[in-house]
Amino acid sequence: MPDQLIFAMEVTLNGLMAGVLYALVALGFVLIYKASGIFNYAQGVMALFAAMTLVGIMQGQVPFSHLINAVFGGHVTHFGWTVPSVLAILLTVGVMVVLAWLVQVLVMKHLVGQEPIILFMATIGLAYFLEGVADLMWGSEIKTLDVGLPQGINLWIDESTFNLFGYGFFIDNLDIVATGIAALLVTGLVLFSQYTKQGRAMRAVADDHQAALSVGISLNFIWVLVWSVAGFVALVAGIMWGTKSGVQFSLSLIALKALPVLMLGGFTSIPGAIVGGLIIGVGEKLFEFLVGPMVGGATENWFAYVLALLFLVFRPQGLFGEKIIERV
Amino acid sequence: MLDAAESYVTADGRTIGGVVMEMKNITLRFGGVVAIKDISFDIREGEIRAIIGPNGAGKSSMLNVISGFYVPQEGEVWFRGEKRPPMRPYEVARHGIARTFQNIALFDGMSVLDNVMTGRLNYMKSNMFQQAFWKGRAEKEEVENREVVERIIDFLEIQAIRKTPVARLPYGLKKRVELARALAAEPKLLLLDEPMAGMNVEEKEDMSRFILDVNDEFGTTIALIEHDMGVVMDLSDRVVVMDYGKKIGDGTPDEVRNNQDVIDAYLGVAHD
Ligand SMILES: Nc1ncnc2c1ncn2[C@@H]1O[C@H](COP(=O)(O)OP(=O)(O)O)[C@@H](O)[C@H]1O
Ligand SMILES: [Mg+2]
Repeated sequence: MPDQLIFAMEVTLNGLMAGVLYALVALGFVLIYKASGIFNYAQGVMALFAAMTLVGIMQGQVPFSHLINAVFGGHVTHFGWTVPSVLAILLTVGVMVVLAWLVQVLVMKHLVGQEPIILFMATIGLAYFLEGVADLMWGSEIKTLDVGLPQGINLWIDESTFNLFGYGFFIDNLDIVATGIAALLVTGLVLFSQYTKQGRAMRAVADDHQAALSVGISLNFIWVLVWSVAGFVALVAGIMWGTKSGVQFSLSLIALKALPVLMLGGFTSIPGAIVGGLIIGVGEKLFEFLVGPMVGGATENWFAYVLALLFLVFRPQGLFGEKIIERV
Repeated sequence: MLDAAESYVTADGRTIGGVVMEMKNITLRFGGVVAIKDISFDIREGEIRAIIGPNGAGKSSMLNVISGFYVPQEGEVWFRGEKRPPMRPYEVARHGIARTFQNIALFDGMSVLDNVMTGRLNYMKSNMFQQAFWKGRAEKEEVENREVVERIIDFLEIQAIRKTPVARLPYGLKKRVELARALAAEPKLLLLDEPMAGMNVEEKEDMSRFILDVNDEFGTTIALIEHDMGVVMDLSDRVVVMDYGKKIGDGTPDEVRNNQDVIDAYLGVAHD
């Protein structure tokens, strides 16, 4: 087999793994958008907030310690204990549920029936507010996150590809685990929405608010649930990304990568988010590999957005969306 | 006059019980528009009660007050002998009042079967953890709910379209699916907002038959809005007539038909 092709295969595999992360973030957007028509700009910050909270809890950090020390003049920063990762993850899930409830009760509840643009603005406000809270609560230094996920080159793949092609692929164990966890998460979400009472109610609310009310579904409850689920998805994405590149404020920018994914996949399609994420992941890696060298590289910075733009022009409803027919 | 608690037997042999729902001096305003002006009426157990009147009379508003979608500025709602505190629409639904909408509100992304299943949501007791980890109970519940739903689907003769996404159905069938979903909740009171609007003669006849059968077989109390006088006269036990937010008639179809105010309203005399 020619070398170029073998390299391209490795690049494709790596792209798929990167795509999984994009898909996870996009999934959080889709969940909220479907159920409430809100484009949640804060989804990326939620991932950041979740990851910072997780690290903070694991390291036994005192929340708001800067604030507390400034007001009371102390020097407390840590409780002096560490929390095992599983317990810390559970606690963080709890924090995300409380956050979901606060968002609904303090903000979204008062904006029911408003224009989408107003809801969108509210989530922009939420994003900045949450970023500030995260900073105040846990500090702004870059932290490493290690919940015990395996990392480093997968030797088995390296060896077997070496035996096959005479060239060993470099695939990170973390990416493999991330893919597995993402697959589990999506399967879980699908089972939840198809077979549980709350999942059915969630689908109903996504479809028609009035009809949902008429069969006895509380919209408030469902919205808290949806924000909680989105918070959970954000936590998973935050763990993956944070483990890979450290927990830092740039993490909230992954939300920007989710935008082209959504334009490809459609804002309301869960399979769309997944396939869109994978296409963007593979696309940008392959493009960089094939075309990058000719144009001086760094195509990964813009490839996704140009692809999304092409979609906007030629297929605005996304890959899986219904064809939009203007009613006249 | 019949006492509120008394029951009677109709000419066609159905028993109509005491008052289950009573609206007392309801007034509803939207800014300057008075949609309902000081209206009182009651609904008896097991009866088919119609609300009729020209377009914009306030009929839908009245149904929306009963189902909690609109909150009246004045007046009281009494249900099953108790004054009802202000309730959100989903709470009203949980108290056994189901409804359909004038402009069909179905879950377009779901099949007919799934739409009708949503009517059973309030009967699903096991929570998501039980559903995930305690298969036995959740499955038993699912089977029971499915049985009720299948019976209703048979009853309304929509077996053939069980798996069809509702978005693909013609208008008349959508209305029927909406009725099926409301029935799946086994309501104590069923509210139908123009169940026959926009249908052809044949579809109207089918729908009339279903409404009569529902009332007869399940004993469901029904309040329905209809535009068409003829249909109402055939279906209902008693009729409330509204015009410009006011009640201008209340009684049996015969009484209402001979009421001069009603005749004027329908001929447009009063407003010229
Ligand atoms: N949500 C609303 N906001 C403002 N005005 C309303 C609303 N609903 C109904 N109305 C007004 O109340 C009046 C009665 O309307 P409606 O109850 O729909 O009449 P009907 O069902 O008898 O045709 C109309 O003037 C209508 O414009
Ligand atoms: Mg109406």
